[in-house]
Amino acid sequence: MKNIAKAQEPFKFCTRLHLSELTGLRATTLGQLLDLIKEVPGSCIYHHTHRFLQQHQYLSPEPPNDFAYWVADILGEDELGERLVSIDTMQYSTIRDLRVKIASTIEDYLNDNPLAKMRFARSGEEFHFIKSVSFILPTAYVVYDLKEFVEVLKKITIDSIYFHIFEARLRLEKPTNDFSFWIEHSLGDKELAYEISRFDPYTSTLEDLRKKIVQIIARRIA
Amino acid sequence: MAKIEEYIPLVGQSVIDDLSLLSERLKGKVIQHINSTPVGGGVAEILNRMVPLLRELGVDTKWDVIKGGEQFFAVTKKFHNALHGRAEEITSRDFEVFMETSQQNVEGIDTYGDIVFIHDPQPIALVKKKSANKWLWRCHIDVSNPNDRIWGFLMDFIVQYDSAVFSAPAFSQKLPIRQFLISPSIDPLSDKNKELPQETIASVLRKYDIKKDKPIITQISRFDRLKDPLGVIEAYLRVKKYTDCQLILAGGTAEDDPEGSKVLEEVQERAKNDPDIHILLLSQNDIEINALQRASDIIIQKSIREGFGLTVAEALWKAKPVVASNVGGIPLQIKHKYSGLLCHSVGGASFAMKQLLNSPEYAKKLGENGREHIKNNFLITRHLRDYMLLFLSLYHPEDIVRLC
Repeated sequence: MKNIAKAQEPFKFCTRLHLSELTGLRATTLGQLLDLIKEVPGSCIYHHTHRFLQQHQYLSPEPPNDFAYWVADILGEDELGERLVSIDTMQYSTIRDLRVKIASTIEDYLNDNPLAKMRFARSGEEFHFIKSVSFILPTAYVVYDLKEFVEVLKKITIDSIYFHIFEARLRLEKPTNDFSFWIEHSLGDKELAYEISRFDPYTSTLEDLRKKIVQIIARRIA
Repeated sequence: MAKIEEYIPLVGQSVIDDLSLLSERLKGKVIQHINSTPVGGGVAEILNRMVPLLRELGVDTKWDVIKGGEQFFAVTKKFHNALHGRAEEITSRDFEVFMETSQQNVEGIDTYGDIVFIHDPQPIALVKKKSANKWLWRCHIDVSNPNDRIWGFLMDFIVQYDSAVFSAPAFSQKLPIRQFLISPSIDPLSDKNKELPQETIASVLRKYDIKKDKPIITQISRFDRLKDPLGVIEAYLRVKKYTDCQLILAGGTAEDDPEGSKVLEEVQERAKNDPDIHILLLSQNDIEINALQRASDIIIQKSIREGFGLTVAEALWKAKPVVASNVGGIPLQIKHKYSGLLCHSVGGASFAMKQLLNSPEYAKKLGENGREHIKNNFLITRHLRDYMLLFLSLYHPEDIVRLC
């Protein structure tokens, strides 16, 4: 076993629990969907592009976002659904940028396919806009080295993993995920930090993500 | 009654740890639930399980019940039906009865809670007593298409609350107050959902003279047109043309519902020449319902309308492949082709059942995904978490709440 480096600043595991807030806003056509995407709070865009990751962890790879699912499965616009699901969320560092990309994807499609404006969702199948309200809480887990880190990572809730990987980067607008940031800046292991930050977490389940990170770190400290 | 630690083997220690983290933030707050009945009905059922668990977690939780006579509850029943979109004749006397009883409750009930949590329309007018404390209104009803007159009447009260809570996105309305989505839940340790020994399942089948010699398709529902039992029989008959199978229709006796008896008669008439159709009248026997679900190869829920449809969650929790109508809260529980199959018609239901019977591996996968989905989203532990977050939201208007 290698010598395990100790950090000056520990990693404090937080967790993020969320509550869904209803807006009463709903769309029955692509035009309405587009208009509302442009004006709803960022918390709505975040909810509909990330909810699936937490609620359907076992379905990945490629969990669809809510917009893609509705457009393809309810309106039958498969091609637009594919364009929306393939938006590379990792490329966008803010919800604002992600919103612009989603809106322009729908706009471009409507320009190319004006008949798509005619599609209506059946009664009961409208798109309902929901906001995600996040509650961030510290957990009891505080670690100083990779050995402790990996042990906690094995047992922490997926909500905590979700928070440090997804929410910290996109919603709190940090430059990378929290794990990579701490490993690079507090432990000085740039290579490991980069290896973790390279994952596209949007194409794994959270449990698979946990396994992958655990494996990489376990190899590192073996 | 199960203790909170008994849920650890099912949901994991960390989920229970999160509940403890949240309950610490509610220290010093008194949560006062108020509804219209201590027993009977879904609201009382869930409060009977949640209140002790919240207390065990350290949240000071009380539960009070309003008083109301026969006349009052006849009026609130009319309101209930009208909110579901049914045509009801509601007179000005009905509104007077509602307000008279509400006034008596306003005078008679002490609303001492830091958070007063009102369930459903019956106690809604208590909000007249609102002072510096926080008030929540929990609507357990499908109000996606409410009678405008009744909804308008209730709106005068709803707008006085701090927040409202609905069970499905389609039930939300444009409101000037915050509104949250909190789905109902099942209790995995209740008689209806706990693991059962094979012998118990076998003895229930013996009791009803059901043999496991051919696949069993089951719908658990009261005999009500909105649950479409005749449609279920029709779908089963279409399946049976190709695959020999049997059907169980099991539900309550619905003694207080004259239409229910008529529906039951029609169902019995339709089924009388087929010995593979088992019509079972179960009077609130949760162990038997549990056993029948576990003995089934497919669970169907072919409702025409549905409040939430927790029988779907119960079936998925038992890892059963489910075919269900795309109504009410059912699409929240089933993502089509991932955790079950959704349908819109008798034809769709029969096609889906044929698919499942002919593709047992696919059926198994849907059931496994379904169980995982229920575990993550529709167990009572999630419901406890959401309620505590809801209480905290009353003190935090922002979208990202840092409790560090």
